[in-house]
Amino acid sequence: MSTIESTPTTTPTKAPTFREQLVGFHLIWGVVLAAVGYFVCHWLGTKVGGHIDSQSATDQDDLAVFFGFLGATLGWLIGLGFFNYPLSRMLGRPASLVEGEEYGVWRYFRLCTDHKVVAIQYFVAVLFFFGVGGLNAMLIRGELTSDNATFIPAGNYLTLVSLHGTMMLMMMSAGVLGPLGNYLVPLMIGARRMAFPRVESLTLWLTVLAGFVLISAIFLGGFPTGWTGYVPLSVEARAGMDAYLFSFALIGISLCLVGLNIIATVMTMRAPGMYWNRIPVFVWGMLTTSILAVLAAPVLFAALYMAALDRTVETTFFLASNGGSPFLWDNLFWFFGHPEVYILALPGFGIVLEILPVFARKPLWGYRVAVAGMFGVALLSFMVWQHHLFVSGINANLRPFYMFTTELISIPTGIIFLIGMGTLWRARIRFTVPMLFALAFFFNFLIGGLSGVYLSDVPSDVTTHGSYFVMAHFHYTIMGGLVFATIGGFYYWLPKITGYKLDETLGKIHFWMMFIFFNLTFFPLFAAGLLGMPRRVSNYNPSLHALNVFVSISAWCLGLSLLGLLANIVWTQLLVREPAGPNPWLSKSLEWQLPSPVPAYNFERIPVINSAPYSYGIPDAPPVADFGKPAVLPGGPAITPEGGVI
Amino acid sequence: MGILVAAAVVLVAVVFYIADFLSVAPPVLAATTSNGATNLTLQTVASYGHAPDPDWVTYLGRDSDGNWHHTTVYQLPAHTLVHVTIYNFDGASGLRNPFLAQIRGTQGGVASVNGKPVSVIDQDDASHTFTVPDLGISVPLPGVADNAPNQCSVAPCSLSMAHQTIRFSFVTPGPGTYRWQCFVPCAASFYYGFGGPMQTIGWMSGWLNIV
Amino acid sequence: MSAVGAAANGAGADVRHGRRILIIWVIANVILVPIVIWVVGPHIPPYHASRQSTEQHNVNVVLTALATPVLLMIWVYFGYSIAVFRQRGAEVVDGPPLEGDPRIQITWLVATTAIVLALAVYGTVGLLGSSNGAGGGQGPTPLAKPANAAGALQVQVIGQQWMWTFRWPGYGGVETPYLVLPVNREVEFHVTSIDVAHSFWAYELGVKADAIPGNDNVAFVKPTQVRSFQIRCAELCGLWHGHMNTTGRVVRQAAFNTWIAQARVRYRGVTKQLPPYSHVYYPVPDQRAS
Repeated sequence: MSTIESTPTTTPTKAPTFREQLVGFHLIWGVVLAAVGYFVCHWLGTKVGGHIDSQSATDQDDLAVFFGFLGATLGWLIGLGFFNYPLSRMLGRPASLVEGEEYGVWRYFRLCTDHKVVAIQYFVAVLFFFGVGGLNAMLIRGELTSDNATFIPAGNYLTLVSLHGTMMLMMMSAGVLGPLGNYLVPLMIGARRMAFPRVESLTLWLTVLAGFVLISAIFLGGFPTGWTGYVPLSVEARAGMDAYLFSFALIGISLCLVGLNIIATVMTMRAPGMYWNRIPVFVWGMLTTSILAVLAAPVLFAALYMAALDRTVETTFFLASNGGSPFLWDNLFWFFGHPEVYILALPGFGIVLEILPVFARKPLWGYRVAVAGMFGVALLSFMVWQHHLFVSGINANLRPFYMFTTELISIPTGIIFLIGMGTLWRARIRFTVPMLFALAFFFNFLIGGLSGVYLSDVPSDVTTHGSYFVMAHFHYTIMGGLVFATIGGFYYWLPKITGYKLDETLGKIHFWMMFIFFNLTFFPLFAAGLLGMPRRVSNYNPSLHALNVFVSISAWCLGLSLLGLLANIVWTQLLVREPAGPNPWLSKSLEWQLPSPVPAYNFERIPVINSAPYSYGIPDAPPVADFGKPAVLPGGPAITPEGGVI
Repeated sequence: MGILVAAAVVLVAVVFYIADFLSVAPPVLAATTSNGATNLTLQTVASYGHAPDPDWVTYLGRDSDGNWHHTTVYQLPAHTLVHVTIYNFDGASGLRNPFLAQIRGTQGGVASVNGKPVSVIDQDDASHTFTVPDLGISVPLPGVADNAPNQCSVAPCSLSMAHQTIRFSFVTPGPGTYRWQCFVPCAASFYYGFGGPMQTIGWMSGWLNIV
Repeated sequence: MSAVGAAANGAGADVRHGRRILIIWVIANVILVPIVIWVVGPHIPPYHASRQSTEQHNVNVVLTALATPVLLMIWVYFGYSIAVFRQRGAEVVDGPPLEGDPRIQITWLVATTAIVLALAVYGTVGLLGSSNGAGGGQGPTPLAKPANAAGALQVQVIGQQWMWTFRWPGYGGVETPYLVLPVNREVEFHVTSIDVAHSFWAYELGVKADAIPGNDNVAFVKPTQVRSFQIRCAELCGLWHGHMNTTGRVVRQAAFNTWIAQARVRYRGVTKQLPPYSHVYYPVPDQRAS
C-alpha cells in the first residue's frame, strides 16, 4: 500500500531525559520564537510600507502589524517543531506517522501525533479561552448595571464586547470538534489514529496562537466592531482590528483543516463491520459539522483577507465612496457566519443524541431520521444567510425567499427534538449529571429555536433585528444549546479521557445553578430587546434599568456556577483522583469497552463491529464489537490487526 | 501545591486584565470662575507631540492656574451661563456634512471668531467642531491658514503661535452627563478621518459633567 | 442490566401514556392560549403608534399564540417522561427496544412542514400587504409600496458618526437635526449614511432601516398617534453608537407645517452650503491629508 510504517501497537519505549525534553521543540520555544518573529517582521513591515500614504502617518502601521503577526506565526510553528518533519523528508529521511509521543508530561506542550493528547490540549485551551470570554462577559454586565455612567471608559467597553463575542465564537467553533471530536472519532469508529495526525496537532496550535493574537488586540488599541467586523468601521479602526482579522483567519484555517481531518478519518479508517448505519450519531454530528467547516471557512478567509488589504494597501473592496460596497463584506461574512452557527449547533445535537440512549437505556429512536435531520440542517444552513440583512437595504425581492428558507430550517431541527422525544418514550431514565445537561439542552434550545422563528419572520424582525432579542436568541441556542451539551459531554466522557470520576453531587449543584441562572439571565433579554434596547450599547433607556440590574446579578451568579465546573475538575482530576473504571455509565458504545484512560493506540487489535451502539433492551444482543477475532470481511480478504477497512 | 501557585497566577492575571480595561480615563477638569463668570478655556492642536500617540490631534483644557491639561472631561455647574473660549492651532480639513458649519445652541446663535460674531462659517474652513448633540450645541472652529507662519505642532501651544480664537456662551441644563465630540474628519490616516483620536475619549471626544 | 420484556403490553402502554400526555396538553392549551392572546398579547411590543408597528404587534401575538402549543407539547412530553419514565430502584434496567416508527415520523414531518409553510405565507402577506414592508428598510427599489406613494412625505435620514440629521427634499432640501412628522400621513424614509454603517431605528413607529454608505434604504411608515418616539442606532458604528439617540415627535399637520417653516428660516444660512439633494452622498474629504 504505502511505504509509511504501519501504526505501532505500543508507545516507543525510549523516554528522553529532562535535558533532552527542555532542548527539544515545544511550547516555550514556540512562544520565544513567536515574539522574536513578531518584532523582526514588524520592523521589516515598517520598511516595506513606509511610502504608502495611510501607513506613513500616525502611530499605526497596519502593514507592519500584519507582517509582525505573520512572523509570529512562523516563529510559533518553527518553535513547536512543525517544520521538522517536512525538512527531514526533504532531506530524504524515512516517513513516519509518529512524532512527540515518546515524551512524558512534555507531550502536552508540544507537537504530538497522539489524537488523545491533542484532544486534551484542546480541552485545556478551550476552557481557558472560554474563561477569558466569560470574564469579559462579567465585565460587560458590570457596565450595564448603570444606564449611562461609564465606569468602563466608553472606548474600552466596545473592545470588551468585541473581544467577548469574538473569543467565544472563535473558540467554541472548535469547542467540540477539538476536544471531543479529536478524542472520540477514532475511538468510535474503531481506528487507532486520525487520518492526518500532524495536521491535527497543527490545528490545535494554530487555535492557541489565534487566541493569544486576539488577546493582543488589547495592546494594539482594541477593536470596536463586534465579532461581525462590519465595514467601513473595521477599515477605520485602530491596529487592534488587525489582531481580529489575523486571529480569525488562523481559526478559519484551523477549522478547515480539522474538518478535512475528520472527514478523511471517518471515510477511510472505519473498522471492519463499521458500516455507515452503525456509526454513532455523535460521529455523524462531527461529520456534518466538518462538512460545514470545510465549505464555509474559506469564504471567511477571503473576506478577512480583503479587509486586511483595505486596511493596509488602500484597496477599496468595501468602501462605497471609491467603488466598493459594504454589502460585499456583509454577504461574504454571513455566508460563512450562518454555517458557523450551525457548526456550533450540530455538535450539540450529536452529543445530546449520543448521551440520551445511554441514560434512557433505549436505542436511539429513529437513527436514520436523526442523521437525515443533521444533513438537512447542514444543507439548509447555506441558504439562509440573508436573514441577517433583512433591513439592511438588500433587494426587497430577496426577503420573502430567505424568510421561507429560514423557517424551513426549523423542520430538520425539529426532527432532532422528535428523536429525543422518541428515545425517552417508555424509557428508564437515570438522572446523572450528563443526562441533566442533555435534558436542559432540549429545554434551552426549544426557547432559542422558537425565538429564531420570530426573527425569521420579517415584520417581527424589523423591531428585533440588532436588539437584545437577537442576543437572547443566540445565547439560548449557542450557550443554552451547545455549551450545555458540551459540558454534559465533558461530564460524560472525562472519566474515559482521564480515568477519574467527576463528583456527582458537585456536578448536580453546578448543573442546577447554571440552569437556573442561565434562564434568569437570558430570558429577560427577550423583553429588553422588544422594549427597544439595541445591541452593543452601554447607554440605554432608563426605564430598562431595573431589568438590566437583575440580569447582571443573574449573570454573575452564572459565572460563579461555571467556576463550580472548574472546581469540580480541579478537585476530582487533580486532587482526589478516584478511578472511574472502564464503563461507569454502562454504555454500549465502542469507546466504553476500552480501559480508562484509553491506552496508546487505542485498540490492541482492530475490533470487528457487530452492530450500532444502541442495542439497549434487546434480550440477546451481541456486544457492540468483537475484540478477539481476526478481522475478516464476509467473503473478503483477511485484514491485519493494524489495518482498517479496505 | 502546584494548583495553588497556578490559581494565584491566574488571579493576578485576571486582576491585571480587568484593571487594564478600567484604568484609562482622563482626569476631570473643572470650569474656572473669574469675577462671577464661569469660563471654560480649551485649545486644539494638530499633533499632541507626546507619548502615547504623538501624531494624534487633540483638545486640551486650561485650569485656573493657566496650566493646560490633556483631558476632554469637563465639569460645569448646572443652570449657569458658561463662556467658552477655544484657541484653535490646527489647520482646516473641511466638513463631511456641511450642516455642521452652522453655529447652533449658543447664546444669540452666534460665536465670535477672532472678535467678529458669525452664525455660519464656510464648510471648507472647518478645522474642528465642539458639538454636544444631546443639548443641540454645535460650534464649528475655523482653521489656521495652511501657509500661516509659526504653526504649532506640539501641545500645549502658546498664544504666540498661529491660531484662531473662537468664543461662545451657552446655558447649562440640570445635572447630568453629556457627551461631546468633534464632527470634522480630522484624524489623519484613518478612513473618513473618524478613527483613532476621534473615537478616543481624552482626545477629540469627551464628557461634560454638569453638577 | 436485564432487558425489559415489555413487548407484550407495549401497545397498551403506548396508548395509555399517549392519551395521558394528549389530555394534559389539551388542558394546558385551553388554559394558556387564551391567556397568551388576550392577557399577555396586548402587552407585547411594539405598540400602536403606526400602521407598521401595529402589523408587527399582530405578527408577534400570532407567533406567540402559535409558539404556545409547541412549547407546551415539548414541556408536557418531557415533563411527563421525566416524571413517569424513570428508573425505579437502584438496578439499572433497560427500556423496550423501540427503534422508530415511520408513521409517527412522517406525521411529524408533514405537520411541521405545514406549520412552516403557513408561517412563511403569513409572513409574506404581512410583509407585502397593507403594512408596506412592515417598517423595515427595503433597499433602493422597495417591493411593498403604499398605494399613494407619490403623495408620501419624503424624509431623508442621514446617519453619520455620531448623530442623525434629516433632510427634506420637499421643503427646499433643508437639513434639520430633529425629526418631526405629521400624523396620519404616509412617510417615505430614505436612509443613508455618509461614513460607516448605522441603523435608523424609530422604536415606537416600528421602523428600522440600516444606513449603509452608498445605499438608499427606503422604508415606509404611517404614524397614527400624536406622540414622541425614541430614535436609536441599531448597528455598531463606533465609540458613541449607544449614545446616538434622539427623540422624534409626531404632531398634527398644522404644527408640522409651522415647524418645518421655522426650520427653513433658522437653517437658511447653511442650506446654501449643502450639496444638492441626492439619494446617496459621497462627501469629500474622505480623510484628512496626513
